[in-house]
Amino acid sequence: MAQRTTVTVTVNGQEYTREVEPRLLLSDFLRHELGLTGTHVGCEHGVCGACTVLLDGQAVRSCLMFAVQAQGHRITTVEGLAPGPDPEQLHPLQRAFWEAHGLQCGFCTPGILMSMVPFLEENPDPSEEAIREALSGNLCRCTGYQKIVEAVKLAATMGTRER
Amino acid sequence: MTTRYFGQPVKRNEDPRLLTGRALFVDDVDLPGMLHVAFLRSDLAHARIRSIDVSRARQRPGVVAVYTAEDLGDFWRHGPLLVPPPPVEGIVFHQRTQVTLAKDKVRHAGEAVALVVAESRYLAEDALEDIFVDYEPLPAVVHLEEAAQDRVLVHEELGTNVSAHVVQRKGDYESARAQADVVIRRRFVYDRGTAAAMENRGIVAHWDPKAETLTVWDTTQAPIPIRNGLAAMLGLSEHQVRVIAPFIGGGFGPKIMMFYPEEMLLPWVSMQLGRPVKWIEDREENFYATTQERGQIHDAEIALTRDGRVLGVRDVFLHDQGAYAPYGLTVPINSQCTLLGPYDVPAYYSEFTALFTNKPIVTPYRGAGRQHGVFVMERLLDIAARELGMDPAEIRRRNFIPPEKFPYNNEIIYQDFAPLVYDSGNYEPALQRALELIDYRRFVEEEQPRLRAQGRRVGIGVVCYIEGTGIGPYEGARVTVESTGKVSVATGIGTQGQGHFTSFAQVVAEQLGVDVADVHVVTGDTDMFHWGTGTFASRGAVVAGNAIHAAAVRVRQKILRMASEKLEAAEEDLELVDGVVRVKGVPERSIPLGQLAVEANPLRGAVKPGTEPGLEASDFFGPERGATASGVHAMIVEVDPETFLLTIRKYVVVHDCGTVINPLILDGQIQGGVAQGIGNAFYEQLHFDENGTLLNASFMDYLIPTATDVPPIVGDHVVTPSPLNPLGIKGAGEAGAIPVGALFAQALENAFSDLGLEIREIPLSPNRLYELVREAQEASGHGASDGPGPGTGSP
Repeated sequence: MAQRTTVTVTVNGQEYTREVEPRLLLSDFLRHELGLTGTHVGCEHGVCGACTVLLDGQAVRSCLMFAVQAQGHRITTVEGLAPGPDPEQLHPLQRAFWEAHGLQCGFCTPGILMSMVPFLEENPDPSEEAIREALSGNLCRCTGYQKIVEAVKLAATMGTRER
Repeated sequence: MTTRYFGQPVKRNEDPRLLTGRALFVDDVDLPGMLHVAFLRSDLAHARIRSIDVSRARQRPGVVAVYTAEDLGDFWRHGPLLVPPPPVEGIVFHQRTQVTLAKDKVRHAGEAVALVVAESRYLAEDALEDIFVDYEPLPAVVHLEEAAQDRVLVHEELGTNVSAHVVQRKGDYESARAQADVVIRRRFVYDRGTAAAMENRGIVAHWDPKAETLTVWDTTQAPIPIRNGLAAMLGLSEHQVRVIAPFIGGGFGPKIMMFYPEEMLLPWVSMQLGRPVKWIEDREENFYATTQERGQIHDAEIALTRDGRVLGVRDVFLHDQGAYAPYGLTVPINSQCTLLGPYDVPAYYSEFTALFTNKPIVTPYRGAGRQHGVFVMERLLDIAARELGMDPAEIRRRNFIPPEKFPYNNEIIYQDFAPLVYDSGNYEPALQRALELIDYRRFVEEEQPRLRAQGRRVGIGVVCYIEGTGIGPYEGARVTVESTGKVSVATGIGTQGQGHFTSFAQVVAEQLGVDVADVHVVTGDTDMFHWGTGTFASRGAVVAGNAIHAAAVRVRQKILRMASEKLEAAEEDLELVDGVVRVKGVPERSIPLGQLAVEANPLRGAVKPGTEPGLEASDFFGPERGATASGVHAMIVEVDPETFLLTIRKYVVVHDCGTVINPLILDGQIQGGVAQGIGNAFYEQLHFDENGTLLNASFMDYLIPTATDVPPIVGDHVVTPSPLNPLGIKGAGEAGAIPVGALFAQALENAFSDLGLEIREIPLSPNRLYELVREAQEASGHGASDGPGPGTGSP
């Protein structure tokens, strides 16, 4: 069996320590070691953006990182945006996506949310062009993006900082 | 009824779970003791297998089992033929379906030759490296015309690469041609793309040896046929097998191919090992092992009068089946049957030859052959309009089937084996509305000349299409009022993002007067409902929607009958509002539905003879034939004369899918379809080399449109309800994608009309457009050596 390394990371505010193979991808670590399956894997080569999570507040592709590289860092996954599917407790961005029909199959959605959270923090009042540019690193095959753009605009008007 | 749910833009019931990462997808299933499977796939498109040595793989720590075709014993098999050939006279059909694992020979790159079961996916993939396959490479059949020559055979024992040959006729094309003032003949090519759902395929199979039950989580669009087929293959009773299609990350057609080899093998492996097993396709595998679509070559001819009336069309085409044809002839039949479009064409001769090639398998992908037919007809009309000096919109208007001619019989056989009869339609108002929304006259007469004078390459297009949707055989549903007053609905079709949890809830809420959020819909779990076929052919809302409606109507009748006794009022004096049944005008005389449900399922006393316990009903719906949706797309596009990149300045869709259940969901379906159509038209193409190797099997090289490529879509609806179902619905899932290739061709041609550019192929790309413009310039004598540049645009 391959060698194993200890990794300690804080995910959604909770600290986890696990013994992992150095080659284990961060995406697989989150999904299969920690059971945080909201982070999805669509291409395994960093193009589709479905696996996007926040690493110390920055959007990164968890399929392009090894779990051991996250040692000592703070990660936020989609599960960290709201305590559960209770409509009352949704993050404003999630509420906006619900209102604007910003998702269909929902597979790419967690990655899009995790890309848009830091984007809206840095650009609280973005133009449509800026939103489209920011979304261009995430592939969606269902929506044609129009309602995603509308959802992000709506979220900007709702203010993503209220939670 | 005081509150209307049907037809409202209700936000979706399923979204909170999806938005918070709590929805279950197949790869989220995690079972104790679960093993992981990886497949060894052929790198070669065509080769004989001399031997396979798996001995080293079997010895690798962490590997539990390795199987080749030989190790499967009696379970080695061909998959079933999903759709038999249609009852067309003189049809030739050679059945060849995919195999569980390649034996003796591989017929396309990516065909599975062995599988490894290990403690983790990482270890399983390590062990693939240990397997040695001794191949004898064979020349590959890649191009359709090569395949037709039969020099190299994909299936030698057939003696030909012909998978099928079909001729269908309406009227007498030759005499129509003899009367024509104008005859136009062209060759059109439509090449392959891939559906590229964001979620790859995946299967988890769990044989429980003690309970003797098999549970399969599958990214399928058709869980019930998968259950029934698996039971038959594995020698089990259908009730021992439960197939669950949980949340599915996009389907678009390829997820209804059945059976994929992996779908047959994982359950068998789980039964062999007595442990749960999981296989999740990776993106590279998806480019080879998931089915694809669109390769066809058409030689088409149109005969017209000098005033632009179509007298007849003749089309002879080749269709690429790939290495096997498990889905029969649905795709080429759809091409054949969609070509005639919304037009009154008196004579039609259509002949196709479907061919085996050494490429991945072709099965329906959103549009399912309809794109090709629409492309050919719309192109012929555009070329005819140019030759006749007519406006492209006008030639279409002149040939529309008038509203009074419905039902309109095209006299040929459609994919559901029923005659191609359009149930209803009203095409001219949709065209008119599209022209208004795109501001056609003003663009053509004012804006385009002004921009052209500045050297800008702007073009406009407007194309029309129909789509046969909502075909049979049937779907079913069960609707239950629970003791809480909430309502549960179970139906057999799978769902892949279409919003069924909401639109179906709206259908029920309308009948039972409950809140949409209080209707819980279960789809795609065969233990919940085990009658039905699946989600395909834009049929979910039409067929399952009407089945659910029928079941809800029956529950409503039960409620009224029972409440009439309890409230001592006539049924017609009762209404169902806000979760209660009450006497109209006397709201205090009411019973909550939950209470009624409890009383309908008593613990003491007796249920009266002739009645059933509970407020529950199941019902079914099977349409006699499909409902014909239609639409018009229009676009203004600008081409950068240096880079040949596009800017879509405006995109309009006017669509008629009959009665609308949820306009929000419908808009999403249309917009998403257009985005896929745009990808198919200008960005996405699968490039195979002469050996049948796919050169762009990754999202780095296969370009899916992003948010900066897809424009906002201006949409409107025309509503011509279908007379074929009680709700008047027509399907909408595929419509957005179908006419986009034809639209791009027309609009781009228009942007270069001064050069006589003629586009006869899809997909395009900036490179390809550049080449075509160069060729047109050379042919027209416009400074070819300078390349196309700004300033060449005098119309």
